[in-house]
Amino acid sequence: MIQKLKLLLLSLFFVANLYAQETYPVNGTTDNRLEVYAFTNATIIQNAQSTLQNATLVIKQGKISGINIPVPKEAVVIDCKGKFIYPSFIDLYSGYGIAMPTNASPTMFFGARQQQFVSNTKGAYNWNQAIKPEINAFQNFQQNETLAKSLRAIGFGTVVSHAQDGIARGTGALVTLGNEKENFELVKEKVATFYSFSKGSSTQDYPGSLMGTIALIRQTYLDAQWYKSNPATEGTNISLQAWNDNLVLPQIFDIGNDKYNALRADKIAKEFGANYILKGTTDLYQRLKEVKETNAAIILPLNFPAPMDVEDPNDARIVALADMKHWEMAPYQPAMFEKANISFALTSSGLGSVNDFLTNLRKAIHNGLSETTALDALTRIPATWINVYDKVGSLEEGKLANFFITNHTIFSDSASIFQNWVQGKKYIVKETGWDNYNGQYIFTINTKGTTHFFEATIKGNTEKPVLTLKPYEDTLSFNPTLTLNNQLVKISWSNKADKGKQNNLSGIIDSDAWAGNGYLANGDVVTWKLYAKKELENNTKANNHFTKQKDTATITIADVVYPFNGYGWKEAPKQEKILIRNVTVWTNEKQGILQNTDVIINKGKIERIGKNIPITLDLSWKIIDGTGKHLTAGIIDEHSHIAITGGVNECTQAVTSEVRIADVISPEDINIYRQLSGGVTSSHLLHGSCNPVGGQSQLIKLRWGKSAEEMKFEGADGFIKFALGENVKSTRNSSNNRYPDTRMGVEQVYMDAFQRAVDYQKLPANKRRDLELDALSEILNKKRFITCHSYVQSEITMLMRVADKFGFTVNTFTHILEGYKVADKMKKHSSYVSTFSDWWAYKMEVQDAIAYNAAIMQKTGLTVAINSDDPEMARRLNQEAAKTIKYGEVNEEEALKMVTLNPAKMLHVDKRVGSIKVGKDADVVLWSEHPLSIYAKSLYTIIDGIIYYDREKDTEQRKQIALEKARLIQKLLIEKKKPANTGRMQAARPRIDEINECEEDHKHNHSIFEREDEF
Amino acid sequence: MKHILTTIFSLFILIAFSQETVYPAKEQKETIALTNATIHIGNGQVIENGMIIFSKGKIVDVRPTANIADIKIIDCKGSHIYPGLITSQTDLGLNEISAVRAVLDKRELGEINANVRSIVAYNTDSKIIGTLRSNGILLANIVPQGGILSGSSSVVQLDAWNWEDALYKADAGIHFRMPNLVARRMWFRQATQTNPMQAALDRIEKLRQFFYDAKAYYAIEKPEHTNIKFEAVRGLFTEIDAYPYLNWKGVKKQLRPQQNFYIHAETVKEIQIGVAFAKEFQFKPVIVGGADSWMITNYLKDNDVAVILNQMHSLPITQDDDIDQPYKTPYLLQQAGVLFAIGDVDENSRGRNLLFNAGTAVTYGLTKEQALQAITFSAAKILGIDAQTGTLEKGKDANIVVSTGDILDMKSSNVIHAFIQGREVSLDNKQKQLYERYKYKYGIK
Repeated sequence: MIQKLKLLLLSLFFVANLYAQETYPVNGTTDNRLEVYAFTNATIIQNAQSTLQNATLVIKQGKISGINIPVPKEAVVIDCKGKFIYPSFIDLYSGYGIAMPTNASPTMFFGARQQQFVSNTKGAYNWNQAIKPEINAFQNFQQNETLAKSLRAIGFGTVVSHAQDGIARGTGALVTLGNEKENFELVKEKVATFYSFSKGSSTQDYPGSLMGTIALIRQTYLDAQWYKSNPATEGTNISLQAWNDNLVLPQIFDIGNDKYNALRADKIAKEFGANYILKGTTDLYQRLKEVKETNAAIILPLNFPAPMDVEDPNDARIVALADMKHWEMAPYQPAMFEKANISFALTSSGLGSVNDFLTNLRKAIHNGLSETTALDALTRIPATWINVYDKVGSLEEGKLANFFITNHTIFSDSASIFQNWVQGKKYIVKETGWDNYNGQYIFTINTKGTTHFFEATIKGNTEKPVLTLKPYEDTLSFNPTLTLNNQLVKISWSNKADKGKQNNLSGIIDSDAWAGNGYLANGDVVTWKLYAKKELENNTKANNHFTKQKDTATITIADVVYPFNGYGWKEAPKQEKILIRNVTVWTNEKQGILQNTDVIINKGKIERIGKNIPITLDLSWKIIDGTGKHLTAGIIDEHSHIAITGGVNECTQAVTSEVRIADVISPEDINIYRQLSGGVTSSHLLHGSCNPVGGQSQLIKLRWGKSAEEMKFEGADGFIKFALGENVKSTRNSSNNRYPDTRMGVEQVYMDAFQRAVDYQKLPANKRRDLELDALSEILNKKRFITCHSYVQSEITMLMRVADKFGFTVNTFTHILEGYKVADKMKKHSSYVSTFSDWWAYKMEVQDAIAYNAAIMQKTGLTVAINSDDPEMARRLNQEAAKTIKYGEVNEEEALKMVTLNPAKMLHVDKRVGSIKVGKDADVVLWSEHPLSIYAKSLYTIIDGIIYYDREKDTEQRKQIALEKARLIQKLLIEKKKPANTGRMQAARPRIDEINECEEDHKHNHSIFEREDEF
Repeated sequence: MKHILTTIFSLFILIAFSQETVYPAKEQKETIALTNATIHIGNGQVIENGMIIFSKGKIVDVRPTANIADIKIIDCKGSHIYPGLITSQTDLGLNEISAVRAVLDKRELGEINANVRSIVAYNTDSKIIGTLRSNGILLANIVPQGGILSGSSSVVQLDAWNWEDALYKADAGIHFRMPNLVARRMWFRQATQTNPMQAALDRIEKLRQFFYDAKAYYAIEKPEHTNIKFEAVRGLFTEIDAYPYLNWKGVKKQLRPQQNFYIHAETVKEIQIGVAFAKEFQFKPVIVGGADSWMITNYLKDNDVAVILNQMHSLPITQDDDIDQPYKTPYLLQQAGVLFAIGDVDENSRGRNLLFNAGTAVTYGLTKEQALQAITFSAAKILGIDAQTGTLEKGKDANIVVSTGDILDMKSSNVIHAFIQGREVSLDNKQKQLYERYKYKYGIK
């Protein structure tokens, strides 16, 4: 029985596939065909550069024989008069025909999640489940007619398909979109290899953050390099072998949803000599300059955002201006890329419905993208990048017969694709409208032996032609409804005189006439016929296939601002020559506070400090009257988590010194600007506190509008975050399985890590480079410095003793709420301390925290900073410093130093910033009042002599935001009324910004969208 | 050896955890006058070089300083005198350490917790209380959380042996937690709710049914089954004399509902749905939170809705908002004539920065007296305790704070005396004691 079933299935299979392979036995009789076709009288677009009129395309057995060659006598001739033939499109980024792995559920223990430390994949593979370069799409490819059909309908003929899962995703195969046996559709096995920043279906915990992902990619490059030496300690690692093997292929990197990931991927590429083709986003235009500088080839998606429904003003309120602007600007991106001369291909990937592809492509063209570039980006460019232009991408002899036939130029709104030929096989997309019936006819109706004659005209769109009938004996004409469905035709009309009663005819179109039968409204049974009088001149003549390129210069679009949000700069502020007159200067130097003093800022530095400085003023000076105002050094936040994306914690291992905040800086965080308004000029961006050895931190200057790289505090020493206590022992996880679980284990994590680093340094040069141990070695060699999240006295002392044993110093204890209990020990160890002013009682280990901590530590001779660890409070750090006056009577100048000079010292940048001294960086704040008063506001916040915050300009900017938002709301309201957008509008949604803190148990209610939901 | 250990141990107890020796003050026996100070009445008035006399817990007189015989005089030369500060919304005494479940009593299970009473869980021995009192915060409204109806809050004074002792006004408000109407980030997840609006309306509908059923229940004089939830919210439907202590001669008595209807809501729609709900049942609405209240000040004024801004030190709601929006919201409410109080529910500093929230409001537009009012008189009016306290006026409780400098500015804020109902209360607290302990260790003066 089973045998019979199998046979039945097999035979069905072979019937469906005419082109059985030679090696396959035939069940039945053979059916070999010549497969020679000639497409005549067509407009043939050979490639973006060459269009041939009235031309003939000849194909034979799936390949192109030539264009305008003599038609072989064995050819089936297809008249393509009025038709256009295009090389079919190529999509480099597709998951076509590759089954996605289902997401396995994570390991659970009594209902609580347990960490998974190594890969669950069985076999001789890599330790990390998301690294699977050994996956080859060609081995898993299965023809999928439903998907193929939808892609053929929008002009695609060839795609590169890969398993879109994991960080290293293996190789992609070049396949065509026919429904033949896979053996025929699979054109080339390995044409590219793929990577991403998403771990996909991997159930392993590591990496748990973007910076962890980047670290993993780096380490894998190093491991693969090392694996080439066949290290005995590794055995066989199929994944690393495949990684190395794949390096010869074109490398395609999916950057995900964050435009800045383009720059992150590029950084990795440059580091390891790779050359990535970046699969991009719709908002790369927002950082076009940096994207161009990567010199990377880009695959651009066309999934432009749908308009948002902002009819309700309360909905409009929560939608970010940036999202509205992006909706407006995204369709301009391809044109901007063209103008910027960046090489790009287009992909259908990411669209909610592939049917939007042509609509959006045409939108891009309407917004300035030239048709030639568009066609290139869908044919020659992608083919060239993956070295298959000898096979696909244009209509030339010897290439695959992959092309589609349309009635207009594909970029015009009225164009329809009728047929999409894949490897010489016809796939009908649409039958109706292929034939052009436009012309003048005679129409007859025969009823009860009488024939009525009409003059008939058919014109208009070939898919929905309009029929006009005029009785011979009458002058009034009318337009019956004409419905065509391939060869079938329906004609109906109603007469007013007959009170709208309908006359219905139906029939069939044959080679010389249309004929059929029907009922008239009065019940008469009729026959009818329509035959040609003479054909109208075909007006679909196209002399030059491509319409004239639009002048992109005349297109007006909203401004790209930096960064891309309400408070971004249209024009970035510049370095100025600034004179601040008659101001009270808090120098933080021996001179103390200087009254009625002038300060000159020039070339980004403090140039001069003095009273009544005589200078010849000209227009190049910016003069600020400082009368009654106070000038201080810019505030430095020793402990911040703003401007970080993709997670601030890599909690998945106890030691993650390989991860780097430097990799994941987000210059777009509005909190940068907000904190500038509170006088902050530098922030130390830290890894979180969930593991004993966290990641490497990054000091930045709040250069609002600049790129991530430009924000970095140049030349600053490297730091790393350590953490102690409740967080690192996973207190909040009731079924923790990650070592350590106690403060006893925390010590041993350090002992082990540093011992490994000591031993690692002794290994020979050909050792496996370990980024984790590299960072720890830097600490041992005093090249990298620790800032350690710490609360209770026992653990503080413990870490100092570990450091003593390994011969280094714990540079900074941060938070350090019980620091007052061991101030003398820290002093002896030469640590710096950075604390909160008055936080306490949010967790067990801070029940002894006191607001007098800073004062006690300061009075025992420690260098004390006050930090924020909180994007809201960071705007008021001067006030937090002032609290040390209330709690512990700290001297005012010393209090101010706690947020300026002291953090500069502990971050080793006090030679550059932290005080007002000639030659230092011009990072200063002009306050409206005494800087330690709650009533003080920053009027100007200056970094490198550039005014990044100006309270007056800020007021102006708010008006601009309101105006721009109002304009876009009106535009969106118009969109909503368009019939085409029915059902396409997306609901208004807030921009939920990523807000990070080092631990989850001292959450601030930042704004309502961040708050915990009550459910 | 054992003996030594015991000694050390007992010393440790004495010093490190000696908060247990901070005693609530005894009843006021002698009449006291505070003299030569700047007196901030709390209603906007200021008396320079004034004196305030109080006896048996009540304020007897407030006037310019003059010679006075036979009473205890505390010379407050150069200092500022304020009404005791009031924190209008807090989990004080219900939440000792936020991350430790064993000491959390702020959120009960269930959806409609009409009968849950915060006061019975209020822990007068909380170590947090002393840190508020020493900053001049003398009264607090203790608010329960959880469900859509969280239960009733009570006002307490912050120097008491036990909760009965602490009680200032019992069960004076019922708390309605407006469900979110816009998608927010879910706890521990990046995902957002799909249709928060509908989910919210469904929950509100159940609450509406609850109150209709309650009304029906009240129509029966002796119901067969007593419903303790309905009994607990009778006060929402009952009007009482607003100023029972005052002698109204020929003046029509002012009535107010026995219980306020506190609506915890942030956005315009949340506020409006909440107010409409209150109007449907003729409740007295008070908005708590009110992040976007500045956008509908006319609406709030027209409907006589007061607002408690309990998280002024917040980030703006959207990235396009004015970057100082939460800071200047009090000014916008003040300009529009909306009655409002400023609160502090910060979970990290644990509510002791109430006065600095008010100070921030000064930086962004209010006058100092207006800001003071938002944490004294206006708070008292909203909580329904203005007949007893909120200003330094004759006849009111002697709830008084003396600071050597401007209390709203941390640079000068320094409380040296505080009186609750005339009793001079201790300004000591656990943190000061640890401070002393380690000053001793390091020999710091």
